[in-house]
Amino acid sequence: MNARVLLLVLFLPVSALAQGFAGLGQGAGGFTMPDPGRDLRFPADHGAHPDFRTEWWYVTAALSGADGREYGVQWTLFRSSLAPGGPQVWMAHLGVTTPEAHVSGEQLAHDGTGQAGVRVAPFEAWLDDWRLWSEDGGIADLRLAAGTAEAGYDLALRAEGPIVLHGENGYSVKSASGQASRYYSQPFYAVTGTLHLPSGPVEVTGRGWLDREWSSQFLEEDQAGWDWFSLHFESGARLMAFVLRGPEPFHYASWIAPDGTTTPYYGDALSAEPLEVAEVEGREVPVRWRLRLPARELNVTVDAVNAQSWQDTLFPYWEGPVRAEGSHPGRGYLEMTGYE
Amino acid sequence: MNRAALGALLAHWRRQPLQLLTLVVGLALATGLWTGVQAINAQARLDYAEAAATLGQDDLPRIEGDLSLDDFATLRRAGWPVTPVIDGTPPGPRLRVLGIDPFTAPQNGATPDLTDTADLTAFLDGRLVFAAEGTEVPESLPEVRRIANLAPGLVVADILAAQAILGTGRIDHMLILPEARGDLPPLAELLPDAERVEALAGSEIGRLTDSFHLNLTAFGLLAFAVGLFIVHAAIGLAFEQRRPLFRTLRALGLPAARLTLLLAAELVAFTLLGGALGIVLGYGMAAFLLPGVAATLSGLYGASVEGGLTLAPAWWLSGFAMAGIGLAVAGSQSLWQLARLPVLAPAMPRAWARARLSTLRRQGAGGLVLLLAAALVAIFGTGLVAGFVCLGALLLGAALLLPPVLSAVLSFGARRAKGALAQWLWADTQQQLPGLSLALMALLLALAANIGVGTMVGSFRDTFTGWLDQRLAAELYVRTVDEAQATELRAFLEGRVDAILPIVGTETSFEGMPGDLYGQPDDPTFRRNWPLLDAGPEVWDRLAAGEGALVNEQLARRTGFWSGAEVDLGAGGRREVLGVYSDYGNPRGQAILTLDAFRVAVPDMPETRFALRVPPAEVPALADAIAARFDLPEDGLVDQAALKGFSLDVFERTFAVTAALNVLTLVVAGFALWASLTTLGTMRLPQVAPVWALGLTRRGLALADLARALILAAFTAVLAIPTGVALAWVLLAVVNVQAFGWRLPLLADPGGWAVLSLWAIVAAALAAALPVWRLWRMPPAQLVQVFVHER
Repeated sequence: MNARVLLLVLFLPVSALAQGFAGLGQGAGGFTMPDPGRDLRFPADHGAHPDFRTEWWYVTAALSGADGREYGVQWTLFRSSLAPGGPQVWMAHLGVTTPEAHVSGEQLAHDGTGQAGVRVAPFEAWLDDWRLWSEDGGIADLRLAAGTAEAGYDLALRAEGPIVLHGENGYSVKSASGQASRYYSQPFYAVTGTLHLPSGPVEVTGRGWLDREWSSQFLEEDQAGWDWFSLHFESGARLMAFVLRGPEPFHYASWIAPDGTTTPYYGDALSAEPLEVAEVEGREVPVRWRLRLPARELNVTVDAVNAQSWQDTLFPYWEGPVRAEGSHPGRGYLEMTGYE
Repeated sequence: MNRAALGALLAHWRRQPLQLLTLVVGLALATGLWTGVQAINAQARLDYAEAAATLGQDDLPRIEGDLSLDDFATLRRAGWPVTPVIDGTPPGPRLRVLGIDPFTAPQNGATPDLTDTADLTAFLDGRLVFAAEGTEVPESLPEVRRIANLAPGLVVADILAAQAILGTGRIDHMLILPEARGDLPPLAELLPDAERVEALAGSEIGRLTDSFHLNLTAFGLLAFAVGLFIVHAAIGLAFEQRRPLFRTLRALGLPAARLTLLLAAELVAFTLLGGALGIVLGYGMAAFLLPGVAATLSGLYGASVEGGLTLAPAWWLSGFAMAGIGLAVAGSQSLWQLARLPVLAPAMPRAWARARLSTLRRQGAGGLVLLLAAALVAIFGTGLVAGFVCLGALLLGAALLLPPVLSAVLSFGARRAKGALAQWLWADTQQQLPGLSLALMALLLALAANIGVGTMVGSFRDTFTGWLDQRLAAELYVRTVDEAQATELRAFLEGRVDAILPIVGTETSFEGMPGDLYGQPDDPTFRRNWPLLDAGPEVWDRLAAGEGALVNEQLARRTGFWSGAEVDLGAGGRREVLGVYSDYGNPRGQAILTLDAFRVAVPDMPETRFALRVPPAEVPALADAIAARFDLPEDGLVDQAALKGFSLDVFERTFAVTAALNVLTLVVAGFALWASLTTLGTMRLPQVAPVWALGLTRRGLALADLARALILAAFTAVLAIPTGVALAWVLLAVVNVQAFGWRLPLLADPGGWAVLSLWAIVAAALAAALPVWRLWRMPPAQLVQVFVHER
């Protein structure tokens, strides 16, 4: 079905080029723009914001088996409005990573049929039988289940800390000229559950992270993609950092103390330096990084658990678990888009 | 030298324009019929492929029942890879709206291109639908984008838009995509009332219509063969007549190889000319006949075919190829002779080679072997192809047997003849037989095809109308909007009609294949009128007692379950087959229970359709009264006469194409005969001239020639009748059963056969008229001329 191809145009990087990755650099004409003066309200903001062009519910978890083997899991539900007040399209991605293998999956859905959607209370975000849901109402206790014919997972997520807001009060600037999104996270999930791998089920534990973000224009037109890090340090602190690549790279970091206190850092405060590239699906993708945040005396190398964590989806990208070594050892996730 | 030689060769055609016409027209007719049929077939196949490819629906299992999009979401959320489909007809002109979900629809379907975001947005928004060029879409529908690869009459819309267009909140069915995982919760738990129906084996429409196209192809080949006879005759004549010229050219120093090459070039030129004309002719014929074919296909199989033609290179190239092959076959013998001709070979045109007994014997033996083969295939063969092999062997065998049989008849006549003149006439006829036999074979084939197909159609029509009379026993059929209206209607009809017979039915699956289950009250109307092909004892009493079911012939043939066997009737449960009834024109399986048994098997089925028994005279008044009193749906009130009229109309249109092809074949055969007689007329001069010199008048000779043509045609017609009847039998008892799933009785139509024979004689008379008239009017000087070359 050509609808798939069409989504390519829609969500993604096609000629990543002029339009930025996933069409995220397209003009916002007619859509609502994020308002820095508006406070986020929960649980309402856990739900969908159809007035905005694009939105996602994004779960990543760096996990370990009983034998210490490292695994990673990703689940994302994207919502996209095709036109202001117009039809919505839903898209879900999954990723399951082991040190040797990476399985990705993708589903699309029509709005208005019940096949996909987000409900606030009790919370549920779903597309087909890929779903993230709460059994008691909020997002502090969640279940996550999804699978393809190859691999899947069934996990429980329990928040051990508060929701954190990025940027200024959840208003996250994405470029020097002011492109921005609303962006909050729940980075404190303790995760337990089962991975369904081709070799059989594996019981896992680890740490998970939920990202919620919506906007009508994420990127500047000349921004081609981003490198995004979410790290859980053994100290109990968290770091969310991203670099938006373009003629003028845009840097941002949220330092999250163990109690959830969040400090934003802009510009040169963060440096992210690729140390090593791997050939992935015919492209050069950096899979080893050095991250420095001198304000927090952070200096770590970040290594992919599996350099081939390639999401083979309509708009393909790299997403997989990583480990951090150096001043702040820890684990986490790395997402890199726009590598052509 | 080339130019001079070519000029000399071509001068022949300038002097003999009629011969040129014969050659070109013969080739054009042969090519035209062939390409026309190819064009029709190609177009129809293209249209089915598009219809089938629209969703690839035919190849996928589906979920049926009373379904909504909530049910779709339920299944998707349980992991079932299903996609919803709405397939409905909005009010207004004949149009089919297909609602699809572009995100879950099968990836291989020929669905619209939605790569443009604006198009996708409009499609999902219900502001854009897709249809093929030429499909008439009412203004009430959203903007239509014309695309090439959709079936005619089909509008593709987004599933939600289609619901809005059709004014429904339901969906028709869901297709189950191939990527199903193994661990899915069972359907019965998720949607207890829905049912999984397996895909039809292969494309049903493709399989059914194949027979129709094979039929057309056979016609096309037949016509081509007949056309070749014409070309053969014309080329043979041209070579014979140019022998003196060839000798002269050779004597002047033109090498044999060069001469052969020039003549071959001439043949190529004729191929191009005749082929091109033929293709134009074929295109015209196809364009003329295609609406009829479309009506046939949609009437018989519900297959949708566009009324327009696409100019596909495949069929016009095949037209040229056939023209080339035809000319090569017809001309190679002459070229071969020419290449080996001694320089100073006798330049006199020889009469057609004398009938040689050995040739006749070989032909006779070949014909008998083919007839035997036809019989064996008819007895032991299975499948449609076997049916057509049988047809081919039968026709070819009969054609091959014709000259030996005619020769025997003529010998017999010659032995009985009294007097020199009569003996000469018989002997002269025998002498002409080899020259005429090809044309006579063509006439035989055309006649046999006419008789065979005519008998089949006639048998079909009589059986069909008889069956309609029986099946449409009630005088009036009413469909109400809902049960409340039905209750009201029943109260209203109390005392006004002799009987109210509810008709209830539902779609279900029989042995896993889609079919229709009906409930029918026990009423003398049915007992008296239903034609059963196969029935156990006390079939109606046992049915009334709710014991088993009646099934239609199609279901019985498809499953192999006849009376006495048990069959899985889906919603109707497993039941014994009590009897099998004929159900012409219905490709689907069908089964009938009593009304009570149906109500138990399928509870809560609304009863909104009724058959009413009324004295025929009261039908119009009652129909008016019902129409005035109730707000029935558009086609809610049908009287028997109208229904019969409609059914017969579909039937007539179905066979209009066949009739047209029959006439064309006969015309081509007549033309072949004319060409042969003209050829002979010129060549026989050396044989006729001495008889004239002995005192017979030109008039007498001409009339003798005419009589001879008529007698030969009459004998051919007599032989064509058994051939045609055998053909009809094969069509009815072998091909029909394979193609349509029902067998028809053969009903003899001697009157029709006599009329056809008469037509054959008329055709022969017309064909002979010109040569005869020429002989009659031939200047004596020309006859005398024959003796000029006497040495």
